[in-house]
Amino acid sequence: MQLAVWTYEGPPHVGAMRVATAMRGVHYLLHAPQGDTYADLLFTMIERRAARPPVTYTTFQARDLGKDTASLFQNAARDAVARFQPQALLVGASCTAELIQDDPAGLAANMNLPCPVIPLELPSYQRKENWGAAETFYQIVRHLADTSVRPAPREGRRPLVNLLGPAALGFRHRDDIREVRRILDLLGIDVHLVAPLGASPEDIRTIGAADFNIVLYPEIGDEAARWLDRTFAQPAIRTVPIGVGATRAFINEVAALAGVDPALALDDPASRMPWWSRSVDSTYLTGKRVFIFGDATHAVAAARIAHEELGFTVCGLGCYNREFARDIRNAAKEYGVEPLITDDHLTVEEAIAAAAPELVLGTQMERHIAKRLGVPCAVISSPVHVQDFPARFSPQMGFEGANVIFDTWVHPLVMGLEEHLLTMFRDDFEFSDAAGPSHLHGHTKPEPVLAPAGDILIKEDAAPAMAGELGWTAEAERELRKIPFFVRGKAKRNTEKFASEMGLGAITLETLYDAKAHYAR
Amino acid sequence: MSPAQSSALAASPRDGTLEVLRERGQREVFCGLTGIVWLHRKMQDAFFLVVGSRTCAHLLQSAAGVMIFAEPRFATAIIEERDLAGMADCHAELDRVVERLLARRPEIRTLFLVGSCPSEVIKLDLANAAQRIGARHLKGENGSEGVRILAYSGSGIETTFTEGEDACLTTLVPEMPAEASGAAQSLLMVGTLPDIVEDQFLRLFAELGIEHVGVLPARRAGALPSIGPNTRYLLAQPFLGETARALEDRGAVRIDAPFPFGADGTAAWLTAAAAAFGIDEMHVNRVIAPGRERAKRALERYKPALAGKRITFLPDSQLEIPLARFLANELGMIPVEVGTPYLHRAHLAADLARMPEGTRISEGQDVERQLDRVRADRPDLTVCGLGLANPLEAEGLSTKWSIELVFSPVHGFDQAGDLAELFARPLRRRDVLRI
Repeated sequence: MQLAVWTYEGPPHVGAMRVATAMRGVHYLLHAPQGDTYADLLFTMIERRAARPPVTYTTFQARDLGKDTASLFQNAARDAVARFQPQALLVGASCTAELIQDDPAGLAANMNLPCPVIPLELPSYQRKENWGAAETFYQIVRHLADTSVRPAPREGRRPLVNLLGPAALGFRHRDDIREVRRILDLLGIDVHLVAPLGASPEDIRTIGAADFNIVLYPEIGDEAARWLDRTFAQPAIRTVPIGVGATRAFINEVAALAGVDPALALDDPASRMPWWSRSVDSTYLTGKRVFIFGDATHAVAAARIAHEELGFTVCGLGCYNREFARDIRNAAKEYGVEPLITDDHLTVEEAIAAAAPELVLGTQMERHIAKRLGVPCAVISSPVHVQDFPARFSPQMGFEGANVIFDTWVHPLVMGLEEHLLTMFRDDFEFSDAAGPSHLHGHTKPEPVLAPAGDILIKEDAAPAMAGELGWTAEAERELRKIPFFVRGKAKRNTEKFASEMGLGAITLETLYDAKAHYAR
Repeated sequence: MSPAQSSALAASPRDGTLEVLRERGQREVFCGLTGIVWLHRKMQDAFFLVVGSRTCAHLLQSAAGVMIFAEPRFATAIIEERDLAGMADCHAELDRVVERLLARRPEIRTLFLVGSCPSEVIKLDLANAAQRIGARHLKGENGSEGVRILAYSGSGIETTFTEGEDACLTTLVPEMPAEASGAAQSLLMVGTLPDIVEDQFLRLFAELGIEHVGVLPARRAGALPSIGPNTRYLLAQPFLGETARALEDRGAVRIDAPFPFGADGTAAWLTAAAAAFGIDEMHVNRVIAPGRERAKRALERYKPALAGKRITFLPDSQLEIPLARFLANELGMIPVEVGTPYLHRAHLAADLARMPEGTRISEGQDVERQLDRVRADRPDLTVCGLGLANPLEAEGLSTKWSIELVFSPVHGFDQAGDLAELFARPLRRRDVLRI
């Protein structure tokens, strides 16, 4: 048994729902008890979808167990097919139905339903949401792809690609597709199919007509892409175009595979991020310590952007999806940090507190952790929240995605000019701890948490704390208070570390400035 | 005439036969685990440990909506493949998880082991586990107060949404101390209410002159009220059938009353309690008049917006019948269909008697058929769960999220206006938007 307070991923059948909901003409019959319908609200509330997910829950109760849950399943299948008339029916079990072993696949197969039936075996007690989504998409492709469909001869037509991986409840998938399509269009490449998002079973049937695949989200699309490579000899592009460097690499790889000129897309005047990063106002970003956590793909991309494109220092890097841990390990080695592979958010919280970053790039979980610790944060990855579905165009991929990322990551930080002003006017009351930076709604203190004191896990050394415990002289402590609050925590820690390394009993004014000189960058 | 019926409600008398449309099919309702979200706020030294699957953990965080607590007082012990391999292993694992939890949270006085669909299906005996683990925690370290370990099921195969609270409170009843023999008559208010509402009611009971008043659930484990044949209990929530049965097993007697929503509903509820304690009617009227008048004034503001508007409730919390009664009688709304997951006829008798003739009452759910009826009825407002709200809005049907009715303070005189506002706001929004 694993003790879980909050989880990064839902069960695998929620992954299957993300695929079914993304597609058109598909229905998912889920053998499940009452209550599992909660998953509908993820789509209708968080993503604001205007239609219910195409899912029928058989809704068995305790009194049905040992009697006839199988016929309940078959009735639900008949009703769902009659009402929704899907082009393909996915059938599977949620965690509870898996235990009662009704064999949805066998039951549905015996019914002679008027549409293809795709059975899903998603082991709920071993696997999680992303795996469930990848497996579901793979099964759909495997069952529906017509292996006789091949690309037409290349003469006289533009290259044709499939974009694989975008799904419902994905982090900015909707906008990423639009941006990647724009790039492909500049290169003179046509998109044959985007899947699962927006694809119908009939679309999937012709998936073999594309010259190659682009795996935008390996967590969901890679399993299917590998099968397509084996079956159709369709090569796949696996470079994920998040960040300027990755986008350029992506364009070069795609152009090489398609036999087109990459320059058509490389010199995009809309790519503002490089200049924004080089301009002098961004100088203050240099060496800012960032802690990065998310799904492996987004976390690795974020680390590269942080390191190469913004000049940050990566002080922590991790992911919650073990299946892609190797990518994180490789990247962590590059940045000289310990990789953090865990789906226990308390462990992540401890790691963040210990790393004392100046910016957290994470999921909604890390946003809450950062809030409690009083550290700025930007969200880079699923699991998602209603605010991760902005009304405006807001991609992560491509040059526009890099522009968006620059804004999203830099705005939570104190702006360059403002930082200088804070130093100049730090004795003014407007810049006192209580006032806080104007762009953070006037509070940097952790917001009041409704739980009793015992519920709050604030690490003393991570919050911008006051001196007092470690033998600070009154004079040194007064001086410490003059240091702007947003660096005071670090100054305090550094000074105390310095003092203990030097074996000093008390921290004086001298110690404070000796430590400052010692740690000067 | 019973005191409840003698109140000034515009009751529409019905004969004893009540036609109910019963349906069986897909239910778009939460399971009983969801109750943990409000129960753990109410019982401040209690921890709720769900023994279940990743789905249970995911449900709880989705239903809780935001993750505001670093370490909330609930968690899920997620059953994994290796636990399913052998039952002995499963109990040992549970012991390990619980011991770690209690060591980490020494302030916890009550630990609920909450059964789920998977734990019920594999027949993991949590009552037994609670006894076994509880025996080790009768006393804390250095003889301090121990930890009470209780078990109930919030599984979806047995409980619908608010029935989780019913199951939880039922396990508390045997823990309540017995009242002293010859004890004076006491009142027990039953059902989780926000503290602010609970305190309003306690003040009113005191003013009425009811001296001994207990509350279930109590805010702290040590404060469980006593119970016995001299206890009269008054339900504050309509979904507590099993709890009521357990209370009656211990001798307590139910006070029949409509549920305390709105000016008249709250007045009737308080009047029924006062009557059970033989309190002078004049005094009762004097005590409740100010609150009742305040509530009436607050409701008056909403009448223009709500009167004559047609409303359908989809089954969710079992609050549907009393709320529909309130909206019909006190605000002039027209209930079209009132769905409830389960209809407790005895507890709801006073509310049912006050429902307008011809209201379609449905029990259980086949969500597709019910939505067909909503589309045919086209009510002005549909009260439904979060999964259905946006899709109905997209079809041009205004909705009210039912979950807000469970999470917000809506009982009593001083919340009557807030309760009306919850229904009026979606309609007002529909009217103000020019987009």
